[in-house]
Amino acid sequence: MIERAIGEEDFGARLAFDRGAAGRRAVAVPQWQGRETPLPAAHLLRDSVRLPELSQGELVRYYTALAQRNFGVDTGSYPLGSCSMKYNPKVNDVVASLPGFANAHPAEPEAAQGTLRILLDLQRALGAITGLPHVSLAPAAGAQGELAGILMIRRALEQRGELGKRRRVLVPDSAHGTNPATAAMAGFTVTQIPTAADGAMDRAALAAELDGSVAAMMVTLPNTLGLWETGIEEAARDLHRVGAFVYGDGANLNAIVGRVRYGDLGIDIAHLNLHKTFSTPHGGGGPGAGPVCASTALAPYLPAPVVVEGSTGTLALHRPRESIGQLQQFHGSVGVLVRAYAYIRTLGLAGLRAVSENADLNANYLRVLLEPHYDLPHPRRVLHEVVFSGSRQRKAGVRAYDIVKRLIDYGLHPPTVYFPLIVDEALMIEPTETESREDIERYAAALVAIAEEAERDPEALEEAPQHTPVGRLDETRAARRPVLRWPGPETEPCGSKGTVER
Amino acid sequence: MKGRAGAAPTPYIPNTDADRAAMLARVGLASTEELFKELPADQRDPPIDLPPSLGELDLLEHLRVLARRNAAAQERPSFLGAGAYRRFVPAVTGSLAARSEFMTAYTPYQPEISQGTLQSAFEFQSVVCELTGLAVANTGLYDGASATAEACLLAARVTRRSAVALLEPIHPGTADVVRTYAYGAGLRVDMIGSAAQMTGEHAAVVVQQPDFLGTIRDIEPIAETAHAAGALCVTVVDPLTLGLLRAPGDAGADIVTGEGRDLAGPVAFGGPSLGLFAAREVYLRQMPGRIVGRTQEQHGARGGDESEASPRTGYVLTLQTREQFIRRERATSNFSTGQSLLALAFTITLQALGPQGLREQAALCYQKAHNAAARAAALPGFAVVERGPWFQEFLLRGPLPAAAVRAALAERGIEAGLDMSDRSEPEARAALLMCVTETTTEQEVDALVAALTAIGDVT
Amino acid sequence: MELPADLRYTSEHEWVRLDGDEGTVGITDFAQEQLGDVVYVELPEAGTQLVQGDTFGTVESVKAVSDLFAPVSGEVLERNEALQDAPELVNTSPYGDGWLLKLRVEEPAQVDALLDAASYRSETESA
Repeated sequence: MIERAIGEEDFGARLAFDRGAAGRRAVAVPQWQGRETPLPAAHLLRDSVRLPELSQGELVRYYTALAQRNFGVDTGSYPLGSCSMKYNPKVNDVVASLPGFANAHPAEPEAAQGTLRILLDLQRALGAITGLPHVSLAPAAGAQGELAGILMIRRALEQRGELGKRRRVLVPDSAHGTNPATAAMAGFTVTQIPTAADGAMDRAALAAELDGSVAAMMVTLPNTLGLWETGIEEAARDLHRVGAFVYGDGANLNAIVGRVRYGDLGIDIAHLNLHKTFSTPHGGGGPGAGPVCASTALAPYLPAPVVVEGSTGTLALHRPRESIGQLQQFHGSVGVLVRAYAYIRTLGLAGLRAVSENADLNANYLRVLLEPHYDLPHPRRVLHEVVFSGSRQRKAGVRAYDIVKRLIDYGLHPPTVYFPLIVDEALMIEPTETESREDIERYAAALVAIAEEAERDPEALEEAPQHTPVGRLDETRAARRPVLRWPGPETEPCGSKGTVER
Repeated sequence: MKGRAGAAPTPYIPNTDADRAAMLARVGLASTEELFKELPADQRDPPIDLPPSLGELDLLEHLRVLARRNAAAQERPSFLGAGAYRRFVPAVTGSLAARSEFMTAYTPYQPEISQGTLQSAFEFQSVVCELTGLAVANTGLYDGASATAEACLLAARVTRRSAVALLEPIHPGTADVVRTYAYGAGLRVDMIGSAAQMTGEHAAVVVQQPDFLGTIRDIEPIAETAHAAGALCVTVVDPLTLGLLRAPGDAGADIVTGEGRDLAGPVAFGGPSLGLFAAREVYLRQMPGRIVGRTQEQHGARGGDESEASPRTGYVLTLQTREQFIRRERATSNFSTGQSLLALAFTITLQALGPQGLREQAALCYQKAHNAAARAAALPGFAVVERGPWFQEFLLRGPLPAAAVRAALAERGIEAGLDMSDRSEPEARAALLMCVTETTTEQEVDALVAALTAIGDVT
Repeated sequence: MELPADLRYTSEHEWVRLDGDEGTVGITDFAQEQLGDVVYVELPEAGTQLVQGDTFGTVESVKAVSDLFAPVSGEVLERNEALQDAPELVNTSPYGDGWLLKLRVEEPAQVDALLDAASYRSETESA
């Protein structure tokens, strides 16, 4: 639990910019001792950049205090639905920072054969795991992987001469917002497919949309309700029959890793989130990595680069023949890729199968522990996550928002709330395989206790959380009168010149 | 899994056989296989060819062997830049950014327990605004090139135009990424040699500072030309250079993008990276990515009269109606997971340097580079191409084709600059793009001079 | 729920007040309550031609965006600049200081054809 630190009452009011004193410094930079070359003409230069002036100790204490005001997987249970917040193995951080990897220059791939070997073997492993053998590790995160995949489909349709008439991408209404946003970025319009009562896609509604104007369907497997898309193989066949592609959003691969492969189900292309299934640390919002795995038909369009092995065993970066191009200036989130490789090498196939086995068992265990206390809109066996509704508590005036704020007081990180959009007062909980039976029981006990509090004293929940560095924050105020930078609106708007004012 | 009966299957999975048995009983299943019963039976449990698992000791050894296969393991003198620069990053940066409360958190959806991530992101936005001379910044995008592509999409949205102009010389990777994004958005990408070639069709001109051949540009006349054409000026920067160079926002740039990776940590084969993105305030609601805002506790959030009187300051994700999870297909971008940890590290570096240290580091880089260039230019058979003021990269021509000089340097254990023989600029064609930064030592420059001398003697 | 009798309403929860050929447009008390705290309003500039039924802007809360639909056709004469600094006026005074646009109404008959207060009330109650 993050308890409010003793000391400054309003810590957040003072940024690094507001601390220290003119003339202090946290690091000494050596002076040039040789012959001085004159600087460029004055109109190309500036005076100074306004930055904080802190001693090294002050800076370290400030950022240490900030770290203590954060909750990570290392702090406690973090069952954020659809995010697979599992434990991040420390050895993976160690190997990624080995000097040979850390100092390799991206413009000289021939001198980075060790890195390329890892990338090639990771491509092969992800190809084997997904059954989609052609892999590019270039995308920086899942959303960029989605963009790559849909652009590849666009290019394939263009080459077939069908882009003009295939303008629509079908997206289930339970999908992550990145799916429709990606389709729009790739120049397609979005048709939403409703969810049926059993939590799977409404197959009749899907059938009614299938015609020659469809470019692709984007589907998350399992879906964001934590449920298997029953009949996905037939749906994929139907899409192929009308000449459309099937895109797989691999955000939830953790549920089925080692059990079934996207390629075997008829998926043409999928992206994976290595910061989910493959345990790389999320860093409070990245870096991630979002490799795309493609069928042979789509392989020519993969984003550059992909790693290939030459006849002499030398590895090289390669631009596929009809590549959609690069997604980043260089070769992707290599430091993240090395961690994912180390994870796969540690687990092997049996370990990966144990991941899905225990992730799904944990989610179902949580389901049965909580089912008497919270509404379960789709009362089925789930895979890796379970989506409850706070609708019963809402009747007592308690919102899902209040429930999760109260969870914080129990020292637990809340689940995802208000998503998927199709579930009223959604509480989307994904424990992952790295939580123990006791962790699941503790989490369930907290939620049961909160359900009782919601009946007994609903108003009290509106006061939660009580024991955090700050209480509930005013998001309306933040959005109405945005303050987005130091020094804030009351100070003179700054140019780049001038010195730090105290 | 093999191993002792009842053991947990991996070091990362706590459930033992006994745990699983108890949980299965409660769930009402006979075995964990039943968890997967809805998956198509004929596709279940396929053979998947993966190498055998390694214990931690073997894994470390395996990866050490691979790391040693990289030439970088030998700490050769390097004069390679071209978009990735080996920078001085203070020790505090790595030490603080590696705190696991930062490293193992997700996107800060619960602000009460994410103030560390949020407040440091606000520091980051502030630092980026100060560096660029612009009013608003987001919490970072994937890398400098994709940030530049997003800037082009923004420009196309606000101008309702469907072409962008990239001013040469620009990093080919940047141009490539802009083309990838432009393909989806239906934008035409024109490579232009001078800002005068802009037309009323262009939503923006993209100008790299310093340019791809290392030369410092005067942004102001380029921005004026862009504005006269009704277009935006997007400037792509190397942030260290802004310790000395005029803030692009002051010179008229409407959007500034850049690559922040090298001030956050090692080059690491180019990734993960950090895209900087700042803009004039008028474009705030068209910006891609996450934005953090400052606010205070809700009235009465603490209960009790005393704290109601003085709500505490806090930070939240804000202006989120731009984003994909609310606006879906009408969002400004599909952006979700970004580069928070690198943004944190970048911020710590800049704040550790402070105004004085940043200027000194930029000046040290400038002086070392100019000293090395002067020494190389003095060697018989070698010349540095004159293209105006420059910062840390220069074009070096030798007595042999660039590729041959490069190979000869490699034989002597030196990582040379990029071979520029495929460039369209005539002055670049026979040259190497040599880079010297603040981390280049005098001994490394000595080694370069000795090697170049030997190459000159042979020819 | 407040519903002034002198206004006309649309099923998209906008209201129009006609004064000669000048129409003032806003969103209803019901709409502002559904939306919650309004944090931003995006409106077209004066001179923009609106066609009845087209989207002409958005009104945003912290977590939601709602499109605005032109209740009648006409040219925008003025937008409520006060909302840029004080979007909360839409919540506190939806029929007064929280108005959105003033229009030169092309066909006043379009206004007459909109819902009266009673019809609008029954629509919202059945919804």
